This record gives sequence, C-alpha cells and structure tokens, in this order.
Amino acid sequence: MAETQVVQTSEAKRDMRKVLLSIQNLRVWFELRRFGFGVAGYVRAVDDVSFDLHEGEAIAVVGESGCGKSSLMKTILGLYRPREGKVVFDGQVIGEMGRRGLNWYRAQVGYIQQDPYGALPPFMSLQRILDEPLLIGGLRNKKERIRRIHKVLGEVKMHPVEDFLPKFPHMLSGGQQQRTVIARAMIREPKLIVADEPVSMLDASVRVEILKLLRGLQESHDLSFIYITHDLSTVKYFSERIFVMYAGKLVEKGPIGQILRNPLHPYTFALMAATSDPDAKNADTYKEVPPGEPPSLVKPPAGCRFHPRCARAIAGLCDQQEPPEFEPEANHQVQCWLYQ
Amino acid sequence: MPDMLLDVQGLETTFKTPDGVVHAVNGVSFGLKEGETLGVVGESGCGKTVTMHSVLRLIPAPPGKIVAGKAFFFGQDLLQMSNEEIRHVRGARISMIFQDPMTSLNPVLSIGKQLAEPLMLHLGMSKKEAENRSTELLAMVGIPNAHERLKDYPHQYSGGMRQRVMIAMALSCSPQILIADEPTTALDVTIQAQIMDLVKHLRNELGMSIIWITHDLGVVAGLAQRVMVMYGGFIIEEADVKDLYANPSHPYTIGLLGSLPRVDEKERHRLYSIEGAPPVLYNKPTACPFAPRCKWAMERCWNENPPLEPVASRHNVACWMDIKTGRPRS
Repeated sequence: MAETQVVQTSEAKRDMRKVLLSIQNLRVWFELRRFGFGVAGYVRAVDDVSFDLHEGEAIAVVGESGCGKSSLMKTILGLYRPREGKVVFDGQVIGEMGRRGLNWYRAQVGYIQQDPYGALPPFMSLQRILDEPLLIGGLRNKKERIRRIHKVLGEVKMHPVEDFLPKFPHMLSGGQQQRTVIARAMIREPKLIVADEPVSMLDASVRVEILKLLRGLQESHDLSFIYITHDLSTVKYFSERIFVMYAGKLVEKGPIGQILRNPLHPYTFALMAATSDPDAKNADTYKEVPPGEPPSLVKPPAGCRFHPRCARAIAGLCDQQEPPEFEPEANHQVQCWLYQ
Repeated sequence: MPDMLLDVQGLETTFKTPDGVVHAVNGVSFGLKEGETLGVVGESGCGKTVTMHSVLRLIPAPPGKIVAGKAFFFGQDLLQMSNEEIRHVRGARISMIFQDPMTSLNPVLSIGKQLAEPLMLHLGMSKKEAENRSTELLAMVGIPNAHERLKDYPHQYSGGMRQRVMIAMALSCSPQILIADEPTTALDVTIQAQIMDLVKHLRNELGMSIIWITHDLGVVAGLAQRVMVMYGGFIIEEADVKDLYANPSHPYTIGLLGSLPRVDEKERHRLYSIEGAPPVLYNKPTACPFAPRCKWAMERCWNENPPLEPVASRHNVACWMDIKTGRPRS
C-alpha cells in the first residue's frame, strides 16, 4: 500500500513540476580509428535515448556494464558531445552555452563518483577539497566559504566537522570518503545530482547508511536525482522511476512499483531473476538466466538488440525490425515486439 | 572430528606494518566435510581471504606470519609442510579461484598454455593429452568453439568467459576442495547468476567440497549448506544456511541481514544500518570486536571477548547476549 501511495504522489508531483532536464533522441557514438585516421566504425554507446526528468524527481538507470549508462551520464554532465540529439537543462541546450553558461551549468549539477578513493585527490585535505569548487565558482569571501563547508559536512553527517577538515582522504574509512564525495557534489547547491553507482564499492553494512543519506538529501533539498546502478535491489529505496538500459537503448521505462511488480521486457525479467536473494531456499534451485553476454556496441545485432539471448524472440520479426516503443500500461513504456 | 576433509584449528595470522602489527586472523577453527559447500561471509578486512590464503600458505612472508594453528588435510598439517610438498597440494588437491579474473590470468600466454600447465605439472600429461583435456575443460564450463579458443589470449575473452576459464583451470586436476574467493563480485548480475549455476552443476557432477568467500549474503544463500560469518578476524557465527537466515543470533549477522535490500518484497521495509566502520586490529583484542558498533553492548562485552559457543544444534555464536530473550548468556 505504502508503495502505491508513493507512486501516486510522485505521479501527481511530476505532473505539476516543470521539466528540469530533457534528453531528446540522444546518440553518443565513439569513432574507431584505423591507423590513426580513417573511421573504421562506431561504438554506439547511446543510441536514440529520450526522457524527461522533472524537478525534485529521482530516477534510476539500471543496466549491466557496457550498456552505455556511464556514457549517457557523462553526456548529461557535458563531458561527451552527443553525435545527435540534445540535452536540455532548464531551457538551455548543453554544448551551446559557451564558457559562462558552462560554469553556471556546472554549479547546477553535482556528480557523485563510483570509487570515492579514486575521486578524491590524495594530496588535498578535506578543507581544500571542499574549498576548491567554491573558489572556482567565484566565491571570494573566506568566512562564507568556511560557513558553507561546515554546513555541507554537517549535512552529510561528518561530526564533529572540525576534526575532519584537516584530514586527508586516506585517513578516512570508505563510508567517510563517499560522504566527502557527496559533500563535494552538494557544496555548490546544485539542482541535479548524478550518482554513478555510489554504493557499489562500499561494504554491505555501510551501503544502507549512504543510500539513506542520499535519499534524505534528495528529499530535504528537493533535488532531481539520476541514480545509475546495476543492482535492481537498491533501486526501490531510492527512485520513483526506473529506466532499464540494454546495449545503448532504454528498453523499459516506468514507475518503480509497476516495473518491479510487473516487468514487461524479457531483459528486465532476466535482471530480476539474476539478482541474488538472501533466501536459503535458493540453494537447491537453478535460476533462469539468459545465455550469452551483452552484445558488442560496434555491431549490435539487427532488429531487437536482445533477441539473440531472448527465449521469447519471434523469428522473422525480432531479428529483423527494431521494436518501437509500446505503452501497454499507462506511464510504462517498453521496446519489445511482444507488446505490439 | 575424523570425518572432516579439511580441519583448521586455532589459526592466527599477523601482518607487520609500519603502524604496528595487524592481527588479521585471531584463532579461527572450522571444518569442511566431504561434498559440503561452506560459505565464508564478512566485509572487506574481516580476515576471510587471509584465513584461506593462510591455509594454502599463500601469505607473503614477511610481512605476513602464521603465528599459530593447524590445518589438517588428509591427516597432514598443511602449515607444517615443506614448500615442495605444499606445491603438490596447491592447484592439484586444493585449488583456488581468485576475485579478479583479469589480473589472475597471464596476459602474454594463450589460454591453452595456461590451462595445460597444471595438467602437465601435477598429472604428468604429455603436451597432446593436456591439449585434449584443456579442450574438454573449456567445453565443460560452457565456452563455445573450445578448441579454437585455446589459441586466444585473455584479452580476447570477456569478463564472464575469463572467470569460466579460471574455473576450468581450478578444476583441471579434479581437486577435492575448491576455494572460491569472491569469484562473482567483479561480474554483472546476469553473468554472476550464470557462473553460480555453472558451479552448482559442476559441484553436483564432480562431488567436490567448496569454500565460497563472499561479502554477499544473497550469493551464499543460493549456494552454501553451511555458513560462517567473520568479523575482525574472528568467526562470530556459524550455522547451517537455513538456520542462519531463519535465526541469526549475533547482532552483526542480524544487522547484515537487515541491511540487505531485496527486490521481491512488496513493501518498502525499513533497512537497518550498522553505524560505524569495521575495525582494524592493531592489538589482540580483549573486548568483543563488534562492541563499538553494537546496540546491545554491555559492560562484559568491553572486558571479555566472547568465545564461539553452541546455542542450538550445529549453530555456534560468539556473543555474551542472547538477543532473542534480551538477557545475558550465563
């Protein structure tokens, strides 16, 4: 019951809220060079992806490694240029905004990296790590900077703040390092946070605390949130909508409750079946997992990209024509011929 | 315990570091029966990998040192063996799969060469025999066109296939015990499920014993018959898998199980989190290592380290408190 309520309220909220980030027919391709020049082909990391993210909404992009979810995220951050399509943030197209605009955009978007230790410069103390984004943002007033640093460290529950400021990243535990990364993403008071597998490198007992912290920050600051993960089981605690990504395409989009209760795409089924459950009954049973591996993005299979692994593939259709988006349920889209 | 295939008693391993001596494993005892799968669960730094590496004498020494303990395998103490003797156990009778398949395979040797090496070394096969057997092994772990793929190098294999090669290599000499150190952590969920199914099939066919090291209680549930939970270099709970999931008795196990997000549950159940971080043990602890993070901790926990004691049949716990009744154990 509680879950449906959450979905309904988010649904209602979404209708009223304006669109913060809009991805339109985005394609991100990388050239493969032959002998240093001459294009030998493309890695189609993101292929025709569209979605809208509303203010204050949390979405999750779920997929396996190599499905293009990180390329999608880096394009949203403005680190990759799209080959086709647009990323529109608050009415402005990223890539057409110039230096000033880009500086403004970077204050609007926070990025939480996957590996906290790799993301923090080892030669900087926490104070400098958090000071730097403010300085780059042009905040000259030192008192104000220190006030902001204290505030944000309090928000990520690093108490007492004074003890942490002179520390270097290697003196912190994995959970504290990830809190620092979150503080750095939050310090310029962004509207959108992009988190790339924020808990996958952490120990199980610390993971939940970080997820709770992120959820708390998202709600209290009314942030929009893109949560990228390969782990379907953590998604429920976090987001309102799920996008399932496979081989560069969003194969299924929908509200969290509907997807978890009623997955439509065969790949989503497979992902859910493969997620291991802490239940001793599983010891004697086998899982129904699709054979094979995700396809190469240089030459993706013709037709539906999942058809070579799909048990329900329709011969003559799935292996020839790419499925368009169908909407068998309200707000729940799927790219699969089974639902035509 | 005569029926144990591997019987480890009072194992202690330390590491010398510039900051002091780290007590990584502090008196760990466990047994492994024939055909049994034992899951070893714990967070990073809890000593689970060091325990298994100590048993196989893979600890780099110095800085590592096995201070005390015995590990009996077919009546022989692995820890007292000469280097030459243990080489004939490692890989041949007890083999190991490592966490990261890319760094465990030699990038400049073809897969066929790497598979053939243990066969020629331990089983004395000729080159031709070893090649045929390698083909069979690759086919057994589900790699298509096995014979052609022998000539390929590790970088031509995907992550899941490399881990299959590691499994084939570990099984090549038909070991009695397979030690798997987080073999699926680096893999995607669908590939992880494929590998676990493969291991289950192979276990049922070949009838070997498995020690499966992981931090993922979900993975253990799908595989093991018996589970031991480690924390701070101690075994803090040991039970049959069904019993452990139904009646976890150590506060740490309860916390770990409560902190697992699950897909299948209809409601958003409240996730339980364990405050604080796992300890690094510079001194041999005199208190319960979990006491600083335990909400049931009482005075005794800070003064004495609880021993591992039976609370039910085949269920041992190291805790002064009986969580179910909320009263201290006598």
